[in-house]
Amino acid sequence: MNAIHTSHPQGFLAIELDGAGWDGADITRAVLAAESAGFHAATFTDAPAPGRANALQRAAFAGPVSRTIALVPEVDTVYTEPFHASTQLASLDYVSGGRAGWIATAAESPEAADAVGRSSVNGAALGQEAAASIEVSRRLWDSWEDDAVIRDVATGRYIDVDKLHYVDFETPAGFAGPGYSVKGPSIIPRPLQGQLPVLVQASLLGEVAVDAVDGVLVSGPAAELLAAEVRDVRARVGASVSVIAELDVVLDAHGQAASERSAGSDRARFEGGRAQYAGSAAGLTDFLTDLLAEADGVRLHPAVLFVDLEELARLVLPDLRRRGALRPVVQDGTFRDLLGLPRPASRYPIASAAHASAGK
Amino acid sequence: MTQHTRAKSDVVVPSEFKPSGQIQFGVFFQGVNSGTIWKAAESGSQTDFESFRRIAQTAERGLFAAFFLGEGLRLREHLGRPHALDVVGRPDAQTMLAALASVTKNIGLVATQNTTYNDPADLAHRLASLDLISGGRAAWNVVTTDNAWTGANFRRGGYLDHADRYKHAEAFVETAKRIWDSWKTPDGPARRVLHEGQHYTVDVTPRLPRSAQYRPVLFQAGDSPEGRNFAARQADVIFSAHPKLDDAVEFRKDLVERSVAAGRGANAVQIMPASEFILAPTDAEAAEKKEWVRSLQIGPQQAIAYLEQFWGRELSAYDPDGPLPEIDPVVEETSETRGSGFHGAKARQLADQWRAEAKDKGLSIRQVVTSKTARIDATFTGSYTAVADQLAEYARVGAVDGFNISPWLIPTGLDDIVNHLVPELQERGVYPAEYRGSTLREHLGLETPVRTADTAAQAVTA
Repeated sequence: MNAIHTSHPQGFLAIELDGAGWDGADITRAVLAAESAGFHAATFTDAPAPGRANALQRAAFAGPVSRTIALVPEVDTVYTEPFHASTQLASLDYVSGGRAGWIATAAESPEAADAVGRSSVNGAALGQEAAASIEVSRRLWDSWEDDAVIRDVATGRYIDVDKLHYVDFETPAGFAGPGYSVKGPSIIPRPLQGQLPVLVQASLLGEVAVDAVDGVLVSGPAAELLAAEVRDVRARVGASVSVIAELDVVLDAHGQAASERSAGSDRARFEGGRAQYAGSAAGLTDFLTDLLAEADGVRLHPAVLFVDLEELARLVLPDLRRRGALRPVVQDGTFRDLLGLPRPASRYPIASAAHASAGK
Repeated sequence: MTQHTRAKSDVVVPSEFKPSGQIQFGVFFQGVNSGTIWKAAESGSQTDFESFRRIAQTAERGLFAAFFLGEGLRLREHLGRPHALDVVGRPDAQTMLAALASVTKNIGLVATQNTTYNDPADLAHRLASLDLISGGRAAWNVVTTDNAWTGANFRRGGYLDHADRYKHAEAFVETAKRIWDSWKTPDGPARRVLHEGQHYTVDVTPRLPRSAQYRPVLFQAGDSPEGRNFAARQADVIFSAHPKLDDAVEFRKDLVERSVAAGRGANAVQIMPASEFILAPTDAEAAEKKEWVRSLQIGPQQAIAYLEQFWGRELSAYDPDGPLPEIDPVVEETSETRGSGFHGAKARQLADQWRAEAKDKGLSIRQVVTSKTARIDATFTGSYTAVADQLAEYARVGAVDGFNISPWLIPTGLDDIVNHLVPELQERGVYPAEYRGSTLREHLGLETPVRTADTAAQAVTA
């Protein structure tokens, strides 16, 4: 693409905005701070926790007030209706001008099961639920071809029904949970991006096929082991899927060393399982420069959102940009653009064309 | 003040009901059906965020209490395929409202959401989220579905008997209210909510605090006796189908009786009928505009398709400007696949009736269909001043608390209402001059809800 790209692989940076809470003004402040700092994507966790409002709605709220940053909520695949998840995510794409993505989650959670009166799902069945829900969304997003809304006054047709498709999804044989089917078509036209990028944690790969996802989130037990984990996952998924490293971050800030902050009142409330960096901004810049040579992107989980975000904006991202380690932010770009993914055609016209020729 | 207020019909609003003397407006961005014109040059996108922003911000400029979005969980069909002739394809209500919350400040945000194909804990959590994110402006328009046809899009599938739908909806709403009321107090933690019903088991410790308006406002639209009783027991506002003054007064009387019988006050449930406005500087211009609007709402193809829905067979050979088909319907009853409004009509009976009526009045297919589909009673047509006078009468009598306006044009369909009708109403002293507060509950003048009793310990069966 440009000279820098060939000499240094460039990556993107995402930031988890959970710490902004549920207040609209705080969500606005956080997403604008992340966007002006040069983050490429903001994520919104949805694991049940006190005071945590629905992630997709927080992302939707952030849509109209931001311009370039991708907005990527977690949406559960196990205890939700796939049809609703698909509609909500497609809607997020509309309200964000094509900047939506989806972290499809499937976690063991007896509490979540009790809330909806279902038995708790665990083990390989989690991945099966995720795979099924992702497939439902992907089919529904393709169920309206791009040019299905024709507004043809002469014939009185608002849509061309030949460009709408029933998806007729059924859970596969051997599906561990109660099987289900989804008829379609979607109740909203095709998302602006055609297909939203779908991300999953690496632990779901296997049951979730590599082909089904656009990005994989990779955790490691310690920061120094993260690059090796990234290489392992890269070997499994190939170059066409983005590999995104997960990193908890506590920086020296407000005259306090990161180690003191970790021990004191700013004690990070990390949700576990991720590598952590604690230290100076300069050290983080070096660490990320190396990591972005292996990973397509890194997602940062700040210990205290507004404190660490300020340090990241002031000291880390400018340096990474100077070093040519970051992909340029594209004005009015989509999340797919950021990930280097072309806008896909709907699967259905191809299928119906094949069907028609087979019938000849 | 103690005297009965009289409508022209001499129907009397019950004396225990205290009219506010005011009306408010809501706007219903429909997104599906023939009421929205898509064929005019001015017709904008039905999905771009800008269309929603424009309508919501115009409504807010006009001090509207609420912005409504509908929901349909399966695409309407016509003779076995998606219905092609009307506006169709709309965003998820709560996702869109969460986005609109960031570009509006005061207007209430009402999401139509189904009790049949949602889980109470999940839906209550999402509505509470919308309520918090918007600073206390969220509302839920409670609807029920019972058909397996819609269920085909869901894990759950069709499972609910028609007769059980309100029973189920009420247990659902009560569970949601308990979840919203379970926030921590200075003296205690959030309450755990248990519900064991015929179709759902819920065991959840809610995670969100109460909003600035305590909990989302509840709207309801059912018009059957069961639906009205449900509203009388549970709802804050009923989105009624009785906009004509005499009917509206009758409906008020009925609803006051029901809410008093349910142990709530005479003013506990507000009424906002669905309505449509066709306005112009003069009555003559408005009448002319109405002809134009109707011709675009029901075009020749839509007229034929409407009949086909009742006849259950293809009728494309018939001239939309000619007489009704002489052949009979092939179905006894219409199906739900064109939407609930079409469901369960006695097709043959209606065909006979319409043919007789058309012959009598010399009406064509198109004229008959227009008369059946247009919001005859719900349309206010006239000059700004004439319609303002008409609405002032509603306010004086206390027939309604407001109107939920369905614009027939997106995104400019509220412009003349906000620019011309609202100032006329304000001059007459029957429309707010400013927002009363920051929450929807405050705009509507609803009381702070009483926290539901702590029933967490016992499982409620319904």
